[in-house]
Amino acid sequence: MKSMQEFTEEIGDTSFVSVRGGGTRWDLGGPLKEGTIEVEAPQGVIDFKPEEMIVRVGAGTKLSKLQNDLTELRQEIALAGPPGSTVGGSLAVGSSSHRSARIGRACDVLLQADCVGADGKQFVAGGPTVKNVTGYDICRLLVSSLGTLALMGVVTLRTRPKPETGVWLRGELALEEIRKHCYRPASVLHDGSKTFLLIEGYEKDVEKEKASLEKIGMEVLDGQLEIPPLQKGATKEDLNGGFLDLQVGAVYSNTPHCTNQISEEVQRLSRRIKKNFDPTGRLNPGRMPY
Amino acid sequence: MRKRQRKVKDPLLISLIEALSEDRVTDGASARRIYSKDGSVMEGGRAGIICFPEDTSEVAKCVSIANEHDREFVTRGAGTGLAGGSVPCNDPIMIVTTRMNKIIDVDLEKRIAWVQPGVVNLDLSNSLKGTGLHFAPDPSSQQACTIGGNVANNSGGPHCLAYGVTNSHVAALEVVLPDASIVQMGSTEGEACGYDLRGVFVGGEGTLGVATQIAVRLTEDPPEIATLLLDFSKITDAAETVSQIIANGVLPAALELMDRNVVAAVEPFAKAGYPLDAEAVLIAEVDGLPDGVAQEVDIISEIAMNNGAREVRIALDQEERERIWKGRKSAFGAIAKIKPDYYLHDTVIPRGRLAEVVEKVYEIAERYDLLVMNVFHAGDGNLHPLLVFDARIPGTLEKVRQAGEEIVRISLEAGGVLSGEHGIGLEKQRFMSQQFSERDLEAQDALRRSFDPDNRSNPHKVLPSGASCGELNSLNEIPEGIWV
Repeated sequence: MKSMQEFTEEIGDTSFVSVRGGGTRWDLGGPLKEGTIEVEAPQGVIDFKPEEMIVRVGAGTKLSKLQNDLTELRQEIALAGPPGSTVGGSLAVGSSSHRSARIGRACDVLLQADCVGADGKQFVAGGPTVKNVTGYDICRLLVSSLGTLALMGVVTLRTRPKPETGVWLRGELALEEIRKHCYRPASVLHDGSKTFLLIEGYEKDVEKEKASLEKIGMEVLDGQLEIPPLQKGATKEDLNGGFLDLQVGAVYSNTPHCTNQISEEVQRLSRRIKKNFDPTGRLNPGRMPY
Repeated sequence: MRKRQRKVKDPLLISLIEALSEDRVTDGASARRIYSKDGSVMEGGRAGIICFPEDTSEVAKCVSIANEHDREFVTRGAGTGLAGGSVPCNDPIMIVTTRMNKIIDVDLEKRIAWVQPGVVNLDLSNSLKGTGLHFAPDPSSQQACTIGGNVANNSGGPHCLAYGVTNSHVAALEVVLPDASIVQMGSTEGEACGYDLRGVFVGGEGTLGVATQIAVRLTEDPPEIATLLLDFSKITDAAETVSQIIANGVLPAALELMDRNVVAAVEPFAKAGYPLDAEAVLIAEVDGLPDGVAQEVDIISEIAMNNGAREVRIALDQEERERIWKGRKSAFGAIAKIKPDYYLHDTVIPRGRLAEVVEKVYEIAERYDLLVMNVFHAGDGNLHPLLVFDARIPGTLEKVRQAGEEIVRISLEAGGVLSGEHGIGLEKQRFMSQQFSERDLEAQDALRRSFDPDNRSNPHKVLPSGASCGELNSLNEIPEGIWV
């Protein structure tokens, strides 16, 4: 596995530089400036700590591989991404799962990040414990920043118990009606015509909820539903063959969309953040996360 | 009459009165004394003019006036903070949010409530009774602390183990930035584009601006709750039980530990039936659907018995459950009866090292001849070792300081962090460089400077800037009615 030191040396302190993950959402935030060097983050699991509900991995680790490894420990992390996505890429994009109403969002996943700053020096953001209010939470800023503020090499992530089972159902019920028959559904999606519902938990509980929902017209869906990635800033008008999350209002689709109105004040603040973290604009030049 | 003349002469006071109203701006000596303190042990703060705005535009005016007069400002809610986060240094303008206490809108379908920052935490959940929803963060001071304060400190509470701390329950914020501009951060519909300003603002301890409206997510009440009281003859067995519960894939809603000293202090008051001869009592609460709750009760009970629990008691009804929690939540009031002063830390350590670190905490206290009492959020490794003492005895304060520093050191050595829920404020700045390198702190400073280039909003806090904050002193006095 590549060390943080090697990662730091590759990044250096002068060139335009970007970290390439799986490249599954490479175009988000605008095209990369020509001449930018691309490096890869360390890959591999460094430490599983199921009793702490944390895992420490190289940011270049494939997300699907990590989720599979965690499944053996009956745990998971609240990140999602297309096949080939890396952990670091999913964090940089802020890729929450369609199950976020139950398991939490991408912004809650990153506990600690060993980073390289624009000055080519390593620094640590956050801390390795599941609860931490020590200083400013730079990890929150790194998630969804598209690698424009610092480059993550090794990350410590919050895991959570994986539910014993889950069942997808399909029907035409409204959210309000669904809520009368199940407690904290993992996912309630709408594709413009039908409602897709994922219930999760212990087998006996799920079985009872399923029976109750079938009585009011929901039908069990065979297999898994293919859910495209989260598109920030998208609204129900931007479904484009995707799904609207009825619980949290998020949109999952294959059409990148990040054009929601950002006020001049927020843009000004965002530019100051960028300037203070990356005065020469060498990290992912050409990109901004809006 | 004299007071009126003084007001007329002070241009800052005149400006603030014009912006708000005469009855909502004061520089009276008694008010300045009151607002010079918070729930922490920090003494020696100095409040300037105190303002009570009622809405966003008035807060923006206060901030704007601070800028025009080149003055610092400090935002304060109920003042229950335990790290000196709202203790003012050098006569800043105090922006007190207690009159911004309106629940603006509750959307039951979206499960979002917009509130002003001065709404008391428990008042929101009480107002939701009958809707099947509640606001999940439940710091033990929830009867008094405000949601604005919860946002500033990213507050936790016993039930944050499963449900997450405040940051997970804030969808959006309206904020007056230190340059007096008004921005919205986050979104109540899906996820916002751009940097996660909302996420980083929460927990900023009032140094990044003033939250003037907060959209909080509401959590569904669980259909079934089981509260277990587990009784151990060794605290290390209780700690091991905590680790094994989590490792077995059970994430209880709450997992709280009290040691023998705490149990002895609270039982006469709470009458919860805590076993007085136990070395440690663990309160575990699981919730959810009935079968899952039953399954988790079985798992926890089995793990506890395998780790030497003498008894597993399951609360039979709501009344018994409330008695059990009353004991936990009244721990700090009860402790005040033992000695006149206490000092606590708020470190977090890996759960797997709870037993070892707690043993070391006892050793440290013994070496300094101090009484230590442990009551903490065991489930997330958030320690609250309380050093209980009488400051009138010469030399005691120095011993308490030294013992406290050793507790911080062993927590960090165990792979922990300085604060789990109280924040850094003024109190723990001096320890920041023990956890973070200079370069780590530079990154944090870059964030702060982005929001507040002039270092005007609650300055002298969080980062170890070395800037003067007057003659502050800690450990002089016991705060009353303060819980953790």
